[in-house]
Amino acid sequence: MHVIEEKHKLATRWFHWVNFPILSLMIFSGMLIYWSFDPYTIGLPGITLFHFFPDWFYNATHIDHKLAYGMAIHFFAGWLFAINGIAYFIYTVVSGEWRELAPEAKSFGEAVQVMKHDMGFKTPLPPQGRYNAAQRISYSAIVVMGGLSLLSGLAIFKPAQLHWLTVLMGGYEWARWEHFWLTMGYVGFFAVHIAQVVRTGWANFRSMISGCDLEEVEAANGD
Amino acid sequence: MATDSRLTPKQEMARRTRRGFMVLGGGAVAAVAGWIALNRGAADGDIPPALRGILGFNEGVARSTLFADSHLVKTYPPSEVGNIKVNADIGLDPDENLDDWRLEVTPFGAKEPASKLTIAEVRTLPRREEIIDFKCVEGWSTVTQFAGARLSDFTAKYAPGSERAQCVGMKTPDEEYYVGLDMPSAQHPQTLIAWEMNGQPINSDHGAPLRLVIPVKYGIKNIKRIGKIEYTDTRPNDYWAERGYDWYAGL
Repeated sequence: MHVIEEKHKLATRWFHWVNFPILSLMIFSGMLIYWSFDPYTIGLPGITLFHFFPDWFYNATHIDHKLAYGMAIHFFAGWLFAINGIAYFIYTVVSGEWRELAPEAKSFGEAVQVMKHDMGFKTPLPPQGRYNAAQRISYSAIVVMGGLSLLSGLAIFKPAQLHWLTVLMGGYEWARWEHFWLTMGYVGFFAVHIAQVVRTGWANFRSMISGCDLEEVEAANGD
Repeated sequence: MATDSRLTPKQEMARRTRRGFMVLGGGAVAAVAGWIALNRGAADGDIPPALRGILGFNEGVARSTLFADSHLVKTYPPSEVGNIKVNADIGLDPDENLDDWRLEVTPFGAKEPASKLTIAEVRTLPRREEIIDFKCVEGWSTVTQFAGARLSDFTAKYAPGSERAQCVGMKTPDEEYYVGLDMPSAQHPQTLIAWEMNGQPINSDHGAPLRLVIPVKYGIKNIKRIGKIEYTDTRPNDYWAERGYDWYAGL
């Protein structure tokens, strides 16, 4: 027989699914802004391996010459991103759910085992609660990154009125650099996240929408 | 979520799945509708009115909770001065004879310019110097030295009483480029009308003979070659605000 197994709280699901379009909008409008001054590259001194972003990318996405529109969208969606993120943070702390999410001392070692297992090695999975060690680390990191995106964004947005914050972020130019790479971090997170969701399968995905899953148990007393 | 005891676990699972997907779908429809509403009715070259409203809201928040005369932008030592690029020449007519240049000042409440000042008259004001990080709306910035007079000193001497106005409008002599400023930003102690840049008289490309340096705003507000100054209660036209940018553009 089956029983209902509770998976994700209603609040968690709301925060997650509200954040998804907002963060998408922030990344999209951020790209419109970044286009007008796009200095970041990866490479070695004197050698550019990859320029963010190459012409073919701009040509394919048509994000050029939309700075004013991008800024307006960004400074609208930024409110939603901040409100949803802060509400989520407060909820997680007050409800005590942070205990299932925050990395523990053993998480860092276990996360390596989880990754090896997920990459196809025959490493056994360590016992876990709601989230495994790799999830604890990455889901907590993404919350910290969200906070840093908000702070670095404000440091770029109001470098005169919030001078102290801009100094805290290492200055105006560093704040923009941090803001950009945090965003690239979200893109990387998203790629792995989607791959893992696909890999884990339908029931897991469904549980992020319904909040529960069906679990098979031994029938008791021939019920 | 309460479990309905009359349903089998499989029925319960189906019910909750159905409900979850319906709420998610409803949310998706609402989000798309919101996106369409947000983007409706944009005039050519401008951002949609809903977004303009949000920029106005942000301006209100910034002006009421953040802006203060005592909030100064960071200043730098001379060793950090960079080589600022020329980013625009709108309103800088190359054929203009700068010897004929005069600054037309229309005080608050006046219909016509009350004075036409020579650069020598402007330069009688107390000289101020600052090395600030000039920030372009595009995202780049360059540490630059400017010297000139505080706009607040200029207002006190050449348009006394105009501090009561809500706004200041400035135009190039040919009126091709123009900016509108809120009075608190215009009166900020680091807002200069400058005749010197990086130790030299300002050159033509950077706005000779007199330009605005307002480091609490993006570069788009730092009008070059000011020809006309007017103090008003209505928001003066602004070149880049007409092209989709925030009218306030405050940092």
